[in-house]
Amino acid sequence: MKAGRFDLIPVALVAVVTLGALGLIRTPSTWVTLTVAGLAMGLLIFIMASGLTLVFGLMDVLNFAHGIFIALGAYVAASAMKAFGGGLAALAPAMLGAMLAAGALGLLFERVIIRPVYGQHLKQILITTGGLIVAEQLIHVVWGPDLLPLERPEALRGALLFGDVALERYRLAAVLVGLAIFAAMALTLNRTRLGLLIRAGVENREMVEAMGYRVRRLFVGVFAAGCALAGLGGALWGMYQEAVTVQIGAQMMVLIFIVVIIGGLGSVTGCFIGALLVGLMANYVGYLSPKIALGSNILLMVLVLLWRPRGLYPVGKS
Amino acid sequence: MRTLLSGDLPRSRMLSFLLAAIFFCLALAPFLFPGTRSLDVAARVCVFILLVASYDLLLGYTGIVSFAHTMFFGIGGYGVGIAIARLSPSWSAVAVGTAAALLASLALSLVIGLFSLRVKAIFFAMITLAVASFFAILASQLSGLTGGEDGLTFRVPELLRTRIAAYYVVFVASLALFLALLRVVNSPFGRVLLAIRENDFRAEALGYRTVTYRTIANSLGALVATLAGVLYALWLRYTGPNTTLDFAIMIDILLMVVIGGMGTMYGAVIGATLFVVAQNYLQDGMKVLSAALQGIPLLPDLFHPDRWLLWLGVLFVISVYYFPTGVVGYLRRR
Repeated sequence: MKAGRFDLIPVALVAVVTLGALGLIRTPSTWVTLTVAGLAMGLLIFIMASGLTLVFGLMDVLNFAHGIFIALGAYVAASAMKAFGGGLAALAPAMLGAMLAAGALGLLFERVIIRPVYGQHLKQILITTGGLIVAEQLIHVVWGPDLLPLERPEALRGALLFGDVALERYRLAAVLVGLAIFAAMALTLNRTRLGLLIRAGVENREMVEAMGYRVRRLFVGVFAAGCALAGLGGALWGMYQEAVTVQIGAQMMVLIFIVVIIGGLGSVTGCFIGALLVGLMANYVGYLSPKIALGSNILLMVLVLLWRPRGLYPVGKS
Repeated sequence: MRTLLSGDLPRSRMLSFLLAAIFFCLALAPFLFPGTRSLDVAARVCVFILLVASYDLLLGYTGIVSFAHTMFFGIGGYGVGIAIARLSPSWSAVAVGTAAALLASLALSLVIGLFSLRVKAIFFAMITLAVASFFAILASQLSGLTGGEDGLTFRVPELLRTRIAAYYVVFVASLALFLALLRVVNSPFGRVLLAIRENDFRAEALGYRTVTYRTIANSLGALVATLAGVLYALWLRYTGPNTTLDFAIMIDILLMVVIGGMGTMYGAVIGATLFVVAQNYLQDGMKVLSAALQGIPLLPDLFHPDRWLLWLGVLFVISVYYFPTGVVGYLRRR
């Protein structure tokens, strides 16, 4: 991540987008609402995408079935919320359950699906897509094919008013949770021995192995943690939309890919900045001209790639 | 016969027999299997053989994974659909629509290719996924032009109104394009593609511009997929997001290529036939099985008719692991 001087230009880009939007939107209260919504969306996407990009950086594995952990997390949370009565107290078991279920499935997935195809990109894409098909169908088997409601607890509904600025409570909560997770992750990666090993592994795997560390075991842990985060992200996102379908994973995958590409494959910092950019863009453009909202993220990706072909924060090895 | 197949013979007695059987069944489908449903299945088989073969040009021969193949399929369908809906149900409208669709596909595939084929296979896969999903949303949003989620129902030229004539148009066009693809992959150009798949670094060292070759292969695949889309739309007299652009169809194509056998055009024939027939008739079998297992926990759900994709998915995973060359490779090895 931080090698030598930290590259501030992409951070400035986020600021430029945010301030530029203020110029276009003109009414500050709307702007604040949209910015908070964008940040909430961006942070949720970051939670889901961070595992994917770390796994790629560490082991050169791209998991096209990452969306299934998102969907699983959302479904588990929906079931848990129902079982525990749907209040604030149900939130903790729902989120924990989502993380545990997704993490456990991640371990299984790594063992059965991914382990035999290390180092073969083409097969990885095929096999993980196959895993996606099977897992999606199994979710149908367990939860049925219909849309599942996932209601927010009473305390997180409605909006808070600051003067004429209306902020949805759930979005504020999502921003807080997202920031907390980002902080925890940054601390782990930058301040602990484990994080040091992970960063070193992303930079140069052979070297870390030569020093006697088992990068593969480390990788399994990171993979499971990434899946657990995806599950948590899925639960939060499902609650954001207040409904869960099995397509939730596939829909998010597109955004996640865009984020990961923008950020630079394997870079957590890039993933964070990319997620914020995508979240903010989606909300600003959605307000300014809904018709192009769909294309804005693709356009953003194209522009970023024209500027920096390997993403905002290219990772050491090519 | 040898020239017709471009010197690429099946090289297995069983495979030759299967291919001949599929050919004759399709050629005589209106007489062998009367009834609208089976004729519909036969036409779908024809179109999907073509679509899967064009995808195999990318995946099996060039070694690039694209998730935008349904997008080109959809461009073909929408091209002809919009042209007929706007102009008239005549052959000239079909020609205009097809030409416009081909141009759009060519331009789009060139842009995507030049952008992302320089880098890794994974990068291309991700970009195509993003672009294709964007296109699918776009098609459902621009409802004034595309009919939105409902799609477009349109009348077709006089000749195509009788089902048998329409079927033979689809059949002959698919067959001709399939043979053309067979010609392409067995040409020197096709050899270079194989070399790139096996080792792009070495191919580059031998003096072939891999990016150019990949981009051409990508565009060629896109153009054939567009034509397949045109045929499919003319057969259905309808085009809409669910028949062309859906991600599920992309998954279907992947399943067909891998189960049939990557890197051989005959794999497309076997895979598409197997899959479309399974899609239409496996459910009937599963209904019986599910009913028979009634009372046992979980099992009836696993064999519920709607879960047929589960079993094909399992088959897909197994074939990627144990039969990377699919049914065709397995038959040839024996």
